[in-house]
Amino acid sequence: MATGRRIDVEEVGDVTIATFVDRKILDENNIQQIGSQLFALVEEDGRKRIILDFSNVEYLSSAALGKLITMDKKVKGAGGKLRLCAIRPDIYEVFAITKLNKLFDIKDTQEDALQGF
Amino acid sequence: MILAEKFDEFFSERIPSDTARGQEIQERIIALMEKYEFSERDVFSTRLALEEGIINAIKHGNRMDLDKTVLIEWGITKEVVKVVIEDQGEGFRLEDVPDPTADENLERPCGRGIMLMRAFMDVIEYNSKGNVLTIEKRRGDE
Repeated sequence: MATGRRIDVEEVGDVTIATFVDRKILDENNIQQIGSQLFALVEEDGRKRIILDFSNVEYLSSAALGKLITMDKKVKGAGGKLRLCAIRPDIYEVFAITKLNKLFDIKDTQEDALQGF
Repeated sequence: MILAEKFDEFFSERIPSDTARGQEIQERIIALMEKYEFSERDVFSTRLALEEGIINAIKHGNRMDLDKTVLIEWGITKEVVKVVIEDQGEGFRLEDVPDPTADENLERPCGRGIMLMRAFMDVIEYNSKGNVLTIEKRRGDE
C-alpha cells in the first residue's frame, strides 16, 4: 500500500485549502492516511482556518464521513473553523441523507468558501 | 448457495476478513454492472452500498478475524443486480443501531453505513440473526 500524499495543501492568506487527491475515498488504508494527514494540519501545523475541497472526489463511504466528523471536532476544539466545498451532487446527497449537511459548513465553490472566512 | 433466483450471470466467492479482498469483489460487481450498462447513478449507489455492506461484514461481523470468512454471492439480469453478504459473526439487531441523524448522535463518527445503503438501494434486508445482508438495485430510469 502506497503511503503517498492524499491531500494537496495550499495557502491563501491565513486560510489553508486541502484538496483531496483521490477520486474514491473508500479504501480503509486510504481513509486512515487521509485522517492522519488532515489531523496533522491542526495538531502539528496549528492551522486554524481550513477548507476541504472535494472537487476530485467521486465516491465517499461512511468511514470517510467519520474522519470528517473527527476533523471538524479537532478544528473546533482548537478554536478554528472548517469549511467543505466543491462537493458534487451525488456526494452531497450522502451528507444530506446523514444530516451532516447540518453539522458541516458547506459551500458550493472554493471561492464561496474563501468568502468571508 | 444462498441466492436462489435465476440470473443471467451468477457468482459466489468466499474471502478472508481482509478489506482489500472485499475491494476486489466490489470491483468485479461494478464491472459486471457496467457490462450490463446500468446507469452511472445505479453504479454509484451500488458501489456505496457494497462498500458499507462488505466493510460491516468484515469489521463489525467478523471483527477483522482472519480465521473467519465472508461469503459474497451476486447475480445480475438486465433488470436487477442482487448481492448477498454473509459473515461469521454473532449478528446484531437492527433496532440496536442508534439513529445517526439524531442530534445527540450527529457528531459520532460511526453508524451511517446502514442508513446510506437503505437510501441508495431498492432493497436492503438482514436475516433475523443479523449476519446475512441482502441488497438489490433495480435498473433506474437514467
